[in-house]
This record gives sequence, C-alpha cells and structure tokens, in this order.
Amino acid sequence: MSIFRVNWRNASSWLAQLCVLGAIAAAVYWVGSNTVVNLAKQSTASGFDFLNYRAGFGISQTLVEYSEDSSYGRVLLVGLLNTLLVAACSILLATLLGFLIGVGRLSQNWLIEKLAMIYIEVFRNVPLLLQIMFWYFGVLRNLPGPRQAMEFSEAFFLSNRGFAFPTPIFDQGSGVFLSALGISLITFIVARVYQRRVKLNTGIRVRIWRKCLGVALVLLIGAYVWVGIPVRWDVPAMAGFNYRGGGNLIPEFVALVVGLSFYTAAFIAEIVRAGIQSVAKGQTEAARALAIPEGTTLRLIIIPQALRVIIPPLTSQYLNLTKNSSLAVAIAYPDIVSVFAGTTLNQVGQAVEIIFITMMIYLSLSLITSLLMNLYNRRLAMSEAR
Amino acid sequence: MDHTVSAKKAPPIIHRLGPVRWARENLFSSVSNSLLTLFGLWVLWAVFGSLIEWAIVNASFSGNDRSACMKPEQGACWPFVEAKFGQFMYGRYPVDERWRVNITFILMAITIIPILVPSFGYKKANLVALLIGLPIASFILLSGGVLGLAGVETNLWGGLLVTLVVALTGIVFSLPLGILLALGRRSDLPIIRWLSIGFIEIFRGIPLITVLFMASVMLPLFLPEGVNFDKLVRCLIGVALFASAYMAEVVRAGLESLPKGQYEAAYTQGFGYWQTHRLIILPQALKVVIPGIVNTFIGLFKDTTLVLIVGIFDLLGIVQLNFTDSSWATPQTAITGYIFVAMVFWIFCFAMSRYSIFMERHLSVEQRKDNI
Repeated sequence: MSIFRVNWRNASSWLAQLCVLGAIAAAVYWVGSNTVVNLAKQSTASGFDFLNYRAGFGISQTLVEYSEDSSYGRVLLVGLLNTLLVAACSILLATLLGFLIGVGRLSQNWLIEKLAMIYIEVFRNVPLLLQIMFWYFGVLRNLPGPRQAMEFSEAFFLSNRGFAFPTPIFDQGSGVFLSALGISLITFIVARVYQRRVKLNTGIRVRIWRKCLGVALVLLIGAYVWVGIPVRWDVPAMAGFNYRGGGNLIPEFVALVVGLSFYTAAFIAEIVRAGIQSVAKGQTEAARALAIPEGTTLRLIIIPQALRVIIPPLTSQYLNLTKNSSLAVAIAYPDIVSVFAGTTLNQVGQAVEIIFITMMIYLSLSLITSLLMNLYNRRLAMSEAR
Repeated sequence: MDHTVSAKKAPPIIHRLGPVRWARENLFSSVSNSLLTLFGLWVLWAVFGSLIEWAIVNASFSGNDRSACMKPEQGACWPFVEAKFGQFMYGRYPVDERWRVNITFILMAITIIPILVPSFGYKKANLVALLIGLPIASFILLSGGVLGLAGVETNLWGGLLVTLVVALTGIVFSLPLGILLALGRRSDLPIIRWLSIGFIEIFRGIPLITVLFMASVMLPLFLPEGVNFDKLVRCLIGVALFASAYMAEVVRAGLESLPKGQYEAAYTQGFGYWQTHRLIILPQALKVVIPGIVNTFIGLFKDTTLVLIVGIFDLLGIVQLNFTDSSWATPQTAITGYIFVAMVFWIFCFAMSRYSIFMERHLSVEQRKDNI
C-alpha cells in the first residue's frame, strides 16, 4: 500500500530487507554446499552431459522417431510431446463437455438441469488421481482382450490393448482434392473479409454464404470427376494377438484423457454457467425491446459478454489440466514426468538436474500462458469504456 | 408525505401445481423439451440403473474371501471393504494402539467443528487450539515415544489417518504462510515483494507431483549428512509449501477487495503496519475470502492422494495395495475399492463445498446488515 511508502525510504526497513535477503542467501549457500558434498559422496556426475547418453529403454507411445538407442535428450522431447498431446486432446474434450453441461445446468428442463448438477457434484468432489486410476485399472484393464473387443460399426475396437480406429490413406490424386478444399477455404476467408469491410463502410450486409458454398461444390465435384475419391480407410483387423492396420490409442492415453477431461469438464461447466449468468438480464430484455431475434441476441450480445467472464478462469483450468496431466506417472503413460523425471532419473540418478529441467518446462508453460492471459485482460480492460 | 393507504398485506398466492401440470410445464413444454427429457430419462436409466444393479442387486454383502465374489454377473464385492476396513482407516498402525488414532480423530472433530459454526463463540481460543494445540497433541498421540506411549514409526501409518494428517497439516501451515506471502506480495519493500512473487508463481506454476518428487528425492541431498527427515514429514513440507502459494492468492484477493479508506483510516489513527493488518485489515479480508479458503482446502484434500506416488500409503494407496492380496483377487475387487474411496472423498469434499456455499450466503447477509 502506498501509504506505507514512507517506510521503505527509511533505513531500518532496508536493513530488514537486506537481513531477509542475507538469510536466504545463507540458506541457499548452505543447501548448495550440502548438496555438493552429498553428491560427491554418492559419486554421481553433474552437469547436463547425460542428455546425450544412450537411453536404452523403449517408450510405448512416441510422436517423433525414437528407439532404445536414442539419447536422454530425445526422451525429454518424446515426453514433452506426449504431455502436450494428452493435454491438447483433454482440453478439447473437456471444453466440449464442459460447455454442454454448463448450458445444461441452465436448461429450462428440470431433469436435464438436475442431471448436469449431479455430474458436476460427483466429478468435482472426487480426487483426479482416483478417477484416472479408476478408468485405467478399474475399467480399461478389465476390458476383454482384442479377440472379444467391443466393436463399434466394425471399424472402432475398444479392448484392453487400447482403442483401435481406422486411418485414412491418401492415394495418388488426393492433392487435387486437397487443393480444391484449400481454394474453397481461401475463397470463404476473402469473402468474409470483404463482407466485413463493406459492412463497416456502408452498413450493408453482403450475402456470401450461398456463393461460397457454390464455389466449393463446383470445385469439389470437379475434383471428384477428375480423380474420383482418392482416400481409402485403413481399417484395423485382427492379426495374431492384436490389431494390425489403422491407428491405436494406448489404454494409458485413453484413461488419462477420459479422467482429465471428465474431471475438468465439471469445473468448466461451473465457469460457463457463472459466465452466462453474469450477463445482466436487462441486456436480453433490451435486445428483445429492439426486436433483435433470439439467435442474434445470443450470438452478438450474450456470448461476447459472457466470454469476457469465462475466458480468464477457463485458461487457468487449461493450465491446471496441463499440470494435472503429470498424474500420468501413476498409470505409466509416457509423459514428461513419467519417462524423464521417473525412468531417466532412476537410470542416471542426477536428481537435481532432472527435477530442475522438469520444473522449468512446466513453469515456462504456465508463465507463457499467464503472459498471454495478461495481454488479453489488458485488451479487455481497454475496450471496457469507463 | 405518505398519503397512500396500504392494504393489509395478504400472503402471496402460491400456485401449487399438480404433478401432471408440473411435468407438463417443466419437462414437456415443447417438442425439443420433450426430446431432452427422453434423453435425460435414458441417461438416468443407463447410468443409475446399472449402478444400482452393480452396487446392490448383483453385489455380495457377506463372505470371508474371494469365493464370496465369484458368482457370474458379479456386482460389487463389499465383503472386501468390510474385511479390510481397519487397514483402510489406520493403515498398518498396530491394532492394540488404534485407540490413539481414534482419540486423534475425536480431537480433530472437537477442534474443527465448533470453528465452522459462525454463531459459536470463543473463535480465538478455538483457533489457537486448532493451529497449535491439535498439531502438538496429535503428534504426541500418534508417534508416541513419550508419556509411556509406545513409539509408532510413520511408515506404519496409513489409510484415512494419513490422508487426514496430510490434509490437516497442509491446512494448518498453509493458512499462516499464505497470509504472510500475500502481505509480502503487496508490500512496498521491493525485495520482500519480489521474493514473495517468485515463491508464489513458482509453486503455482509446477505440478504438485514435481514438488513431491523434489521433497522425497532432493530434500535429503540438501541436508548435511546424518540429518534425515522422515519421509512423511518431507511430503508434509512439500504439500504445505505448495498449498500456501495457492492460499496466498486467495488471501490477496481478500486484501484487494477492501477499500483503501480502511488503510487510510487506520493510518490516521496512528496504527503501524502490523497493527493495521492485525486489527483492521486481516479480520475483514479473511472473512471475505472464507469461501475461497474452503475451496483451496477442498483442492488440497483431493491432492493428498498424490502422496501415494512417492510411496506413502494414504487411503487410496492402502486400498490400491490391498488389490494385490490374492485371497481377495476377483475381477470386481479393484472397482469396488475405488468406488469405496470415491465415496469417502466425496462425502468430505461435498460437505466442505456445501459449507463454502453456506458461508457465502451467511457472509452476504451479514454484509447487507453492515451496510444498513
């Protein structure tokens, strides 16, 4: 508080501060020298050279090329990418689910409102680690083996080996198709920019939807006539003891995504509900008085104002989710904590360096996010006329 | 000036809808609403139907080993929970000494419950008992070695006991630490401020698991040879530091919600920094953020399960450990165990969240009274 500004000018407060600083410096020095002695006694190496050593263990899910001969540095990269992958998938699912349930919580329908409430109260009040373990050890590992897998429309298979799904194969000529899609998309964006400009200058709304759709249809039909449909599906099929072909999500990944997103969705639902409720009722009533249609009211009046309230806590939920993805270690999903701060730490033994790197990675992820958040908040604050 | 004659206030007319009317208005008011209701009924049937079938209809309720839970279409295996209940509550705490744990539980209850009731007086004495008396008493009771009590190593502690010990230690230490950090963050002394900001942002930026790893792997490295902390104590330190960073942000919100006039008035009265905060600012600021504090406690309580990853057997850890008991190995053992733990945690967390809502209402009523 600025009232106490007087204080820090006088010498005693500076002396106190220097004492604190000195005490902390002494503590750091003491800890540091103890660590050096202890490490010397354990004869573990120090420094970051170990990142270049051969790792010598396999990882069950890798997004980049990785083998047992890869280095520990590569392990770090694989772990980081796995963390980001699981976080991104869970964020997507949690947002979808959270918005649905949050809107359900405000539903006029009594039953839907109560169901949404039960969902929120159940999933929010049970520890996340327990939920992840439940999905993994309780559900996924208890599923039948690949031979008796649960089948969905003969293309998706859920078994204790994970979730097998078909993947597209792009044959020759798919370039034509993709460029047709790309050109349609660019047309749409250009038309949209044009529409905005005309609207800002003259207030007239140019109709673009039908024209854009027409262009896209002509292009796509043209592409079809020229090359046919060049995409085939690689459907997983039983071969030996497991599926071959298509893609497969390992059960650890499925359990983690389900656990993280079901848990976080409960929090997002509450944020969404609070956001929508924060928009004053007068706003809706004023819009109705101006004869603005219901849908437009929602799109142009309610949602933009609700988002202003929703987005800051939503981001911090995303951040929490990313940090919570470190619980992967409990079910051995190969995320950064599991393969780097776990397996690598056990093999190399350089606890200080490895924990430091892991913490720095999480810290920079959250600092970057909160930096972006602050920028966003500043923009909002500026647009708020006061 | 008031010449209007007010009519005698009649009680408002309450429309009581018959069940059919009510259903028509709330569930089947339109086509889309009816479809939603049908969808809701389907969910209800699919989820709760199978849950009841699993937990009651097809469940086993008595038996002494796995043979009780091996029928076809077996549901929950409740005898497993029954047989292991002692372990789930006390861990491997010696059976003859479990009365000490029970007394600790009772002490926890009689120091915590009165402080939660706003109308109950003696808040200051109560707070002292909770923050100082309870930790000392339960430490002596649980670890023993003095007053003729047999010593019990912390590696024998487990189950709900450890969950409560970790949670309460986190709560008891994080609140004062969090207040200090929040004051530090708002301080005008630049070094203090930057140290506080650094501490808070670092601990909020990393997952609890890395803090626990650090506490269990790195803390021994930091200390001179021969000095060795107990593993549980190391985890407690980690949890308390982690929770205090979150607590600091909650308290800071409370401090920022107070009008500047409060500081200025106190300053005019000649109060110094500590007097102002102790007598004027903190009592008001903390009251405002009681719901936030309780929410932080709920998060902390759920996070205590993470200690199992560094090898401490809290409630979830000890249940997980008992899955490996071959005399209870059935396909339903794991799910039954998880559901049991989930219910225990749910009861605690739900009670806390209801309490937080109750306090929020209670405080806003008081606020209104103050303003009038």
